[in-house]
Amino acid sequence: MKIVVCIKQVPDTAGGVKFNPDGTLDRSAMLAIMNPDDKAGLEAALRLKDQYGAEVTVVTMGLPKADAILREAMAMGADKAVLVTDRVLGGADTWATSQTLAGALRGLEYDLVITGRQAIDGDTAQVGPQLSVHLGLPLVSYTQNLKIEDGYVIAERLFDDRHHVLKVKMPCLLTALSELNEPRYMTPGGIFDAFQKEVTVWGRKDLVDTLDSDLGKVGSPTQIAKASDKVRKGAGTQHVAEDGREGAAYILEKLKEKFII
Amino acid sequence: MDFALSQEHLMARDLFRSFAENEVKPLAQEVDEEERFPLETVEKMGKLGFLGIPIPKQYGGQGCDYLTYAICVEELAKVCGTTAVIVSAHTSLCEMPILHFGTEEQKQKYLTPLAKGEKLGAFGLTEPGAGTDASGQHTKAVKDGDEYVLNGSKVFITNGYYADTYVVFAMTDKSLGSRGISAFIVEKGTPGFTFGTKEKKMGIRGSATYELVFTDCRIPAANLLGKEGQGYGIALHTLNGGRIGIAAQALGLAAGALDVSTAYVKTRKQFGKTLDRFQNTQFTLAEMAVRTEAARLLVYKSAWEHDADPKNDGTCSSMAKLYAAETASYVTNRAVQLHGGYGYIREYDVERMMRDAKITEIYEGTSEVQRMVISHNLLK
Amino acid sequence: MALSDYKGVYVFAQQTDNKVDGIALELLGKGKALAADLGTEVVAMLLGHEIGDQADVLAEYGADRVVLVDHPYLKDYMTEPYTQAISAIIRELKPEIVLFGATAIGRDLAPCVAATVHTGLTADCTKLDIGDFPMNPIPGKETLHNQLLMTRPAFGGNTIATIAIPDFRPQMATVRPGVMQKIAPIADAKANVLNFDAHLEKNDRYVEILDVVKKVSDYVDIQDAKILISGGRGMQNKENYEKYLRPLANLLGGQVSSSRAGVDGFGIPKELQVGQTGKTVRPKLYMACGISGAIQHLAGMEESDLIIAINKDETAPIFDVADYGIVGDLFQIIPPLTQMVEQELAKKKEV
Repeated sequence: MKIVVCIKQVPDTAGGVKFNPDGTLDRSAMLAIMNPDDKAGLEAALRLKDQYGAEVTVVTMGLPKADAILREAMAMGADKAVLVTDRVLGGADTWATSQTLAGALRGLEYDLVITGRQAIDGDTAQVGPQLSVHLGLPLVSYTQNLKIEDGYVIAERLFDDRHHVLKVKMPCLLTALSELNEPRYMTPGGIFDAFQKEVTVWGRKDLVDTLDSDLGKVGSPTQIAKASDKVRKGAGTQHVAEDGREGAAYILEKLKEKFII
Repeated sequence: MDFALSQEHLMARDLFRSFAENEVKPLAQEVDEEERFPLETVEKMGKLGFLGIPIPKQYGGQGCDYLTYAICVEELAKVCGTTAVIVSAHTSLCEMPILHFGTEEQKQKYLTPLAKGEKLGAFGLTEPGAGTDASGQHTKAVKDGDEYVLNGSKVFITNGYYADTYVVFAMTDKSLGSRGISAFIVEKGTPGFTFGTKEKKMGIRGSATYELVFTDCRIPAANLLGKEGQGYGIALHTLNGGRIGIAAQALGLAAGALDVSTAYVKTRKQFGKTLDRFQNTQFTLAEMAVRTEAARLLVYKSAWEHDADPKNDGTCSSMAKLYAAETASYVTNRAVQLHGGYGYIREYDVERMMRDAKITEIYEGTSEVQRMVISHNLLK
Repeated sequence: MALSDYKGVYVFAQQTDNKVDGIALELLGKGKALAADLGTEVVAMLLGHEIGDQADVLAEYGADRVVLVDHPYLKDYMTEPYTQAISAIIRELKPEIVLFGATAIGRDLAPCVAATVHTGLTADCTKLDIGDFPMNPIPGKETLHNQLLMTRPAFGGNTIATIAIPDFRPQMATVRPGVMQKIAPIADAKANVLNFDAHLEKNDRYVEILDVVKKVSDYVDIQDAKILISGGRGMQNKENYEKYLRPLANLLGGQVSSSRAGVDGFGIPKELQVGQTGKTVRPKLYMACGISGAIQHLAGMEESDLIIAINKDETAPIFDVADYGIVGDLFQIIPPLTQMVEQELAKKKEV
């Protein structure tokens, strides 16, 4: 079985987001990490590898420095890595990104494609589903508890108030959520091996059956009309409670002031 | 000359750091308070290969260098001195002598499960009357056919009781003095091998420190490590490398206390301003940081030297151990001072760190022994 | 066909167990306003099996027309037949705007539809307007009028962007539940229904539903609550939510909710989770108790009218968005507060 996992490098928001003095976001102060939902997708793939045996390939589209998350993925247990990077691919929206990844995946063999549900920078949750359409693959979003039976994937698909147990013919595409599994740690030896392995680097010319008009900024149907780092409304009043009763009295006063009671 | 860590080392450091933060730190207080050996952490570390970092892959290890191992111990010690010493004693004192002096059979049988983390290791040298002067061994090993019969006892043994595999030293020929010492691999559960007192300690209280007792304990002759009479050399060589592990532990304790203090002084207010606004705080932190960084340079250099030449004369590892240990005591002590009254109560990590730090000046060669080694090499 | 020939604001009327979901009505409310700006109609797309009776509900909440696709394949939500059906409607009826709820269904369906019909899609919008693109005229570039301007937060709510789809139709967006307002229902409205044959055909992308497992939930939707008393890691365990937060919430006529830490750590039901991966809430009062305020949490609650936070750690990020931040021990503060509120309410009753 061959599994392709799509991953993305994103700025880390977990340790708190850093702001510039003017209240805007300081992107350079944040670490670049593997997107958490994608890491969950990789973990799902590695569990299938442990259980059934599989070759796991990770693919990312990004800047050359995204090499770091490919090494991390290999240190966790992925077998191969592909970095898709090219100036003409920059500024892509989800349509153009999913077209790019589709072009890359047409050059790879797979029985199963796994993506994260969404990236913590864009939060769109669109690339996985759109990739499935471009590749003509059945899609199962928000999956957990995967099993493989005779060329079919049996998976739970989560909804707000229920889940469906689905049977899907392979090849197919699944999206994974970070809440649903705990990704494994790398191993020290795995890290050193990962840096010995080769990362395949692909550019525009390596994308299979892809139109220029579907790529990069030019190929993106959505355009940004206005973008701004949100200036937080700012902290209100901070009050250090002398003791429980005093703190409670303070809150009560505010509740009355604001006509809550 | 390049002081930058490689990408591999940086990524490994991230790994150890996130493991320490997520898996080790939450247990650190409890393990100390209850004097509880953190078996669950040891199991997790075993599965992740943390118990075989500098061991070649052919013996189930990770095939990394000694520097990676030192960084692992450092990162663990930043949050928990106990967990750090478990890894250090296992790796430096049990795996390394088997790797360097063991036969192929011994490596297959003992080193591989140790490196895979399936088994835990310990080292038995110290006796009630043979501490710093290891040549005064009383434990005896007498050959009887294809067996040795061990009698005697060992004290202050880290990982005692919980370890499965012990590298133990005993006199095979009293008349030869230190040249009559031999090293053996002894399995837990061997008849005649029992555990005595569990020590109650000032610090690293979750680490198990036991007395090992041998009463007509028969072990196969095949478990002799190296040759008869080679034991003292094996012990010295092992301790040379072991010092790097303890130095890394001391470094981690200092670095951890510095981290905690730096964060604390930014939030604690006195006289209407946070502590970091006082020059006394700033100067104290600067001193703590300089010593910690100097210790780090010595520790990393000694690890690097060990990788380049494991049989080096040990000057650098002694310097690293001496300086890092004294730094750990100094920095954790200042950290408590910066915390004021809170630093003296157990709810705050620096209280534990200060207790944990003291032992690094004592075990695996006291600071005085390190000074002897350094000056001996200087004057020879 | 010119882009200007695309007409109408279409709304995906999501249904569960043959009952239209609240989000569909919210979208109709917003769709009606957009349609008014454009001088066009708002149309609901209702998909399911034996679901025709729901059409009038959509009319009551403002749908000028209902496009009904009734087919056995559409009984329970499945990506492929739903994608086929919506794509067929778009190809044939050519709407200029299509809106979906940013729900577990809409966030799956909308991107598949956008990829199938080749157009742009903006996810998780919090604001939709009709206006010019570019928003301010750029010399040498044509200004397009009557464009859908879609505003959405990204980066866990730290950045906001307004997106347009000037060169493709329809313009598509998903909208977070709880953000748009439904209209007051029009009594006895009858739907103008178009029965639409989507020519559904089974293909390899169809999946088989082996089982439908419903979660039994006794929880009131926290998105509907006017007051939320919310707990986090500082609550220490599930029991403390009941012991400390519930009585206060009951007194104030509110609900108890939780940060992700409470869901993952103490087994608080996922339905009660506020935040990026939980629900977005905008109550009149959001009281955060022992919630440090991870960015993903703030994204779900910072639009609340009044935010009061209690936390031991004076550096907790929750204080950056709180109107009133109280540094103190919630276990010491909440019991007397509950008592004081009770007395206060009793006093009011007497008066």
